[in-house]
Amino acid sequence: MAYAAGVDVGSTQTKAVIIDQEGAIVGRSLIPTGANVVAAAEHAFRLALDAEGVAESEVGFVVGTGYGRYRVEFGDTQITEIVCHARGAAHMFPETETVLDMGGQDTKAIRIRRGGDVVDFCMNDKCAAGTGRFLQSAAAALELDLGELGPLALKGRRPVAISTTCTVFAESEVLSWLSRGKKIEDILLGVHRSIASRSIGLLRRVGVEGQVTFTGGVTRNPAMVEVLNEMLDLSLNVSEESHYMGALGAALFARERQHKGRRPAEQETAV
Amino acid sequence: MTYTAGIDLGSTYAKAVILGPEGRLAGAGMRQTGFKLGEAATGVLDEALAAAGIQRSELAYVASTGYGRSQVAFADVQATDLTSAAWGSRFFYPETRTVLDVGGQTMKAMRLDGRGQVQSFRLNDKCAAGTGAFLEKTARYLGYSIQEIGPLAEYSKESVPISGVCAVFAESEVINHVSNSAQPADIMHGAMVSLIERSVRLMKRTGMEPEVTVIGGIARFPTIVRIMREQLGRPVNLPPEPLVQFVGAIGAAVLARRRLAKLQAVGEAPGGGLH
Repeated sequence: MAYAAGVDVGSTQTKAVIIDQEGAIVGRSLIPTGANVVAAAEHAFRLALDAEGVAESEVGFVVGTGYGRYRVEFGDTQITEIVCHARGAAHMFPETETVLDMGGQDTKAIRIRRGGDVVDFCMNDKCAAGTGRFLQSAAAALELDLGELGPLALKGRRPVAISTTCTVFAESEVLSWLSRGKKIEDILLGVHRSIASRSIGLLRRVGVEGQVTFTGGVTRNPAMVEVLNEMLDLSLNVSEESHYMGALGAALFARERQHKGRRPAEQETAV
Repeated sequence: MTYTAGIDLGSTYAKAVILGPEGRLAGAGMRQTGFKLGEAATGVLDEALAAAGIQRSELAYVASTGYGRSQVAFADVQATDLTSAAWGSRFFYPETRTVLDVGGQTMKAMRLDGRGQVQSFRLNDKCAAGTGAFLEKTARYLGYSIQEIGPLAEYSKESVPISGVCAVFAESEVINHVSNSAQPADIMHGAMVSLIERSVRLMKRTGMEPEVTVIGGIARFPTIVRIMREQLGRPVNLPPEPLVQFVGAIGAAVLARRRLAKLQAVGEAPGGGLH
């Protein structure tokens, strides 16, 4: 059993990561979750295996995480995404004491000890404001791809003040700024600042300590990283793998569990 | 006493009504607001005047309300949305003491005293969970159009609980229910129940007293009104169907009429018809 896997079924995207015994990522995948959560988990796992030609029988343990973790039917166990993001962040950036995870519907601020144990966390559980969803609404209103938002926002010089809290109303506010003749770059910069300020509110509730590692899908947005750095007056840890941090954390737990106990017999027979 | 007009310049539609010398509805007009608010106000007033069969010079007093109320250059007075909703509700139901106004993007509750003055009010305008947008989103996730919301909910046999904390989170809930083979009608019914629970809480915070009058876009859904009657255990007033969208404009026209009466009492009446 050379490998361990983590599958992070998020509200918007499903990520899978395969690691070797040293904890290095050997395969990864990222797909939209869609309506069929069970199939998304399987498909993402399959793609991650195929990426480096790893056979399923070579994977000793699979941990499911994220909102759909109980739908990872081939998973050996489930661990919450809070614990997994903390673990992934601590592995990638060992000095991490604070994690900000910004995903499609959730934003979480997590305080951890060095090594990844969670001390405290706080999340938006009542409302989608301040999450990646707000960016999706803005993108839809402006008929842009999600990937175009960040680079455009970086060109903004005079951010508009976004007053909408609710993600559902974001579209109409963006359009009303456009109709008042504001530049798209300035509107987008305002949208990024509005989301950043809500997530900073969450961070302040758990306390910002040590190095801050940024995880989740929104880490791919360069404007969000820059705006957060400026507003927090620090430099967030971000890497190419930040998007996969929850899946990576899950895979790291899978590797540990694999060493502790054998895989259930049912899966063993497939070897 | 002569004719007065009320113009409600909403973000989507502009509405105008004319009240006759006896305070009865003499004419009404409606059109899309568009970007030129001043033009929309003039245009919709002309429609209402034509419907009433009178000239603009016969109007003694004009009140404006709605989000574009300050752009109605010829208005003699401006009324807030709350004031016009209160007077508009009392136009149909003089005993109204609590008004619930739920539109596409807002939910408002207010308590009135016996003379129609607003005693307290609560708004839920920052969150789509308590507004028509919540039902729109639910319909969209289910693959139905906005027009189908009302008829769909009528078919419900058994409500599916929807938490109603956030219109965005409702999407995952709806998807889960659909994948568990719940009926779209029952899911829509559940979304209505959660919206009504929010609105009842909002009304209670204003110190709700009977009679309760429901206005705004949701007044068009019979299922909503029926669920609300059940939850409150008392009847609920609704404006007559064709006039649902004119309550604010009517309230403004009533306010104009009251202002005019006051000014006439002190001998200072302005306005075309009297000059």
